[in-house]
Amino acid sequence: MSEHALRAAPSHVPWARLAWRQYRLERRMFWRNPSAAFFNFLLPLLFLALFGAIFAGEDANLQVIVPGIAGMAVMSTTFSALAMNITYLRESGVLKRMHGTPLPTSAYLAGIAGNAVTNTAIQVTLITVAGSTVFGLDWPTEWGELVVFVALGVVCFASLGVALSHAIPNFDSAPAYVNAVFLPVIFISGVFYDADNAPEFLRAIAEALPLKHLIDGLSGAMVTGTGLADNAAALGVLGLWTVLGVALAIRGFSWDSRRD
Amino acid sequence: MTADVAIEVRDLRKAYGPHEVVRGISFAVRRGEVFGLLGPNGAGKTTTVEILEGFRPRSGGDVAVLGIDPGGRPPALRERIGIVLQSAGLYRHLTAREAIRHWAGLYPAPRDVEETIALSGLGAVADKRTQSLSGGQQRRLDFALALVGDPDLIFLDEPTTGFDPAARRQAWETIRSLQALGKTVLLTTHYLDEAQELADRVAIIKDGTILAEGPPGDLGSATRRYRVSWRDTDGTPHERETEDPTRLLHELTGEALARGERLHELSVAQPSLEDVYLELTSPEPAPA
Repeated sequence: MSEHALRAAPSHVPWARLAWRQYRLERRMFWRNPSAAFFNFLLPLLFLALFGAIFAGEDANLQVIVPGIAGMAVMSTTFSALAMNITYLRESGVLKRMHGTPLPTSAYLAGIAGNAVTNTAIQVTLITVAGSTVFGLDWPTEWGELVVFVALGVVCFASLGVALSHAIPNFDSAPAYVNAVFLPVIFISGVFYDADNAPEFLRAIAEALPLKHLIDGLSGAMVTGTGLADNAAALGVLGLWTVLGVALAIRGFSWDSRRD
Repeated sequence: MTADVAIEVRDLRKAYGPHEVVRGISFAVRRGEVFGLLGPNGAGKTTTVEILEGFRPRSGGDVAVLGIDPGGRPPALRERIGIVLQSAGLYRHLTAREAIRHWAGLYPAPRDVEETIALSGLGAVADKRTQSLSGGQQRRLDFALALVGDPDLIFLDEPTTGFDPAARRQAWETIRSLQALGKTVLLTTHYLDEAQELADRVAIIKDGTILAEGPPGDLGSATRRYRVSWRDTDGTPHERETEDPTRLLHELTGEALARGERLHELSVAQPSLEDVYLELTSPEPAPA
């Protein structure tokens, strides 16, 4: 019986080709979805333009807002986008349909995650360029640190976004769940002001959450020039959240809106 | 198992907590056959099919699909089956052709994309976004996506539920063309006419148990009961069931002749699949 199956089995499509195909499909669909394109690209740039206009000429404030918006962009392109997207795909049955094909789960998730990473990379690049050319900040000094923090931030918030999707019962409530987390976190984590000026209890909460540490790292790379060694603690907190996020993302993953 | 058996199910069980929804069913599907699982909603059809597709773990029993245990979704199996789910969403922002092309790339030896489009009757709408397709067209796309990997075995879970009669006829044509391609088809339905129209063999399932199994035409005769009906001279309809119609007819006609009456609209009918189905699946089985 198994002999028969083995003999009949044709060679599988290579994993990398499957992941690449899924990635290209996700990119194509992303640009065809105006609301996704808006929230991922225009909203952070709009925020940057508005705050840039408000703080025009105030270098101290601009030096807070540029890495702050960059951190927010990492969170919105990964955490918010994936929590919404995975919930939609699960509840509409697309995930289940994909699950019935030979596409391996890991190749599928790699395609989806690759899409989010691309958005983050484009976004952080746009913000960095705008910060230097439009708002007159210096170019980042610690490029390696920038890459490390963006990469870890992407994995951390992407996995937390997938994990959150498990808790969202249906697509109608997805924006409420996502924003209930996203909005308070960006306000207390120093996206729009220096988090050190916040009241003690808010600072304590922000210290425990990952976004402030991502912004600290980005600030070190883009503005203050403090290196990776100086931001090792931030890297550590981000790393802990990443471990938690990946564990939760894998643990609760459901392909089907009907739970078994 | 021999090579001409596509699906073999022995004493399959599935329980959710203390509630057993599939209670020890067994059946076999031959290669090239259209096999129908027929039963009311909630009978356990979808659960059974989803175990065979590898979507759900089973609680007990033996299952072989194309000679492979579907538990754990082995890739060797997924490459050789096509699945049409009861309802499954699609990427909204793709055209039908793009979706079919993407699916084709997931399989090691896919069918030609354009041929698949033609075969599933999507030619006119292949460049429309999936979200703008009608229900019937989306179903054809479901068929196309299940077919493009050139699978040996295709699962169709209630493929025409919610369709208008014209769309159902079209779906039936597509299913017949699958069989013409030599595919094995496992079909679930709660429509009798669909099972009768399409299936080579049918298993009637209710409350997680198979109540009867056989070719749709034979299921009726399996009960060996005939229904004799007529109207008397007052026009009152009469109906009698018997296992021996010859004797009953002899008695009836003899009595009528003796009284000088005629038996209007006298007919002898074998129970149809519908009669068998209704009898088997009614909550209170009609007394024999």
